Amino acid sequence: MSTMAKKGWRPVLAIILFFILWEVGTRIFDMPSWLLPGPIQIFQEAWTSWSIYTEHLPSTIQLIVLGFLIGSGVGVFVAICLHLMPLLKDLFYPFIIISQNIPVIVLAPLLVIWFGFGMLPKLIVISLVCFFPITIALLDGFRQTDADLKHYIQMAGATKGQTFRKLEWPNALPSLFSGLKISATYSVMGAVISEWLGASKGIGVYMTLASSSYRTDRVFVAIIVIVALSLLFFLLITLIEKRVIKWKPEEGINPYES
Amino acid sequence: MSLEIHDISKSFEDNHVLSNINFSVKDGEFVSLLGPSGSGKSTLFSIIGGMSQPSGGSIYLDREKINGKRGSISYMPQSSSLFPWRTILDNVVLGQEIAGKVDKEKALEMIERAGLKGYENSYPRQLSGGMKQRVSFIRSLLSPQSLILLDEPFSALDEFTRTKMQKWLLSIWEEHKRSILFITHNIEEAIFLSDRIIILSNKPATVKKEFIIPFDRPRDVNLLLSEEFLTWKKKIYEEM
Repeated sequence: MSTMAKKGWRPVLAIILFFILWEVGTRIFDMPSWLLPGPIQIFQEAWTSWSIYTEHLPSTIQLIVLGFLIGSGVGVFVAICLHLMPLLKDLFYPFIIISQNIPVIVLAPLLVIWFGFGMLPKLIVISLVCFFPITIALLDGFRQTDADLKHYIQMAGATKGQTFRKLEWPNALPSLFSGLKISATYSVMGAVISEWLGASKGIGVYMTLASSSYRTDRVFVAIIVIVALSLLFFLLITLIEKRVIKWKPEEGINPYES
Repeated sequence: MSLEIHDISKSFEDNHVLSNINFSVKDGEFVSLLGPSGSGKSTLFSIIGGMSQPSGGSIYLDREKINGKRGSISYMPQSSSLFPWRTILDNVVLGQEIAGKVDKEKALEMIERAGLKGYENSYPRQLSGGMKQRVSFIRSLLSPQSLILLDEPFSALDEFTRTKMQKWLLSIWEEHKRSILFITHNIEEAIFLSDRIIILSNKPATVKKEFIIPFDRPRDVNLLLSEEFLTWKKKIYEEM
């Protein structure tokens, strides 16, 4: 963490510099605020209309969390099934890849036609974007099991189940967490996109309302909120990862390995 | 406990690796298999461990045929093969866990005997190479199987650590008297540790000669420099 603190000022400085350039640019070229508002105006809007968009937050957060949980649950389940049953892997692996090639933007309206405007189509969209990185990362983690360890545990007489629980699963945990981190950010995007399709509340709704009424400053406020949510979610997963994976080397404390 | 290797052969297509190997390990005996690298020693080990089927012949443990049966022997591999996410304590009981019965108290006692007290809750990455091999050996000692296979366990260690580890291994083994089958390509190591040395020939491997090593136990490092030891070394060297 100390390296974070030491190096953290560099990106912060870059952002501040960027905001200054932006603000100066909009003033020099006299940009109309519906086209491109300056950062000062955006932050003012974020401050004054706090109560408006915070009203939209709970339903979006609920969607994100639910969708993420369902998506990652499905992702883990699919990965384990495919790993333990290689025949299933041969059958379905291509379809998993294909499922990711269908653009969500195209799929989402279809889901609305089939399932209406309720929670269900939204959760399907989020789960669909969430499960993929987790399945792929986890399958990779299972595959990268150390050959020596596998040889040892088999010589020791471990069953297939024991090999999975004692070796392959813990070995894949770091991969699972990298998948979870990617999915965490995807789930925020998924939630916003699914809200565009039709919802009464949510950051996505706030965003569509803002852009259709040319309140560009509010669109930027929505972007800030989305970025903040993604970062928060990412951070949360990182914290959980640190608690779960304690065996990973921290920099500079191993006295034996260089 | 006794292990009988009966006429074991193994070939991969045209490649004849093992040919009619016969030997036995008696109860509480320390036997070394000595042979040049690539002579099929590891193939023999994976057959004894049940990882692969022999092309011919049988293996008996206490008169029970164990061809292709995994988990009937305890195993210490060349690399320490400790599980990085397990603490030292959890690592040494792994063999027991797989067999179904864990005795943590005995495990702690063995860790202390191995001079690793205070490391019970450390992770393997925090240990040196020699320490890891000690943990690996304790793991195989704590496993319930009566025969231990050691596959060149010290070959990756430096000279100083290796001699220390050999001495340590002997002191622990002399206390517990488990049957050991030890693979090595180091002649000195084989003479210093074993009751009996079996020399394998190269390609296809077969038992070339057997030596009974008469030195008294407990053995001391000074033995390595004695006249008699050098005579034995010469004798075995000429045979290989």
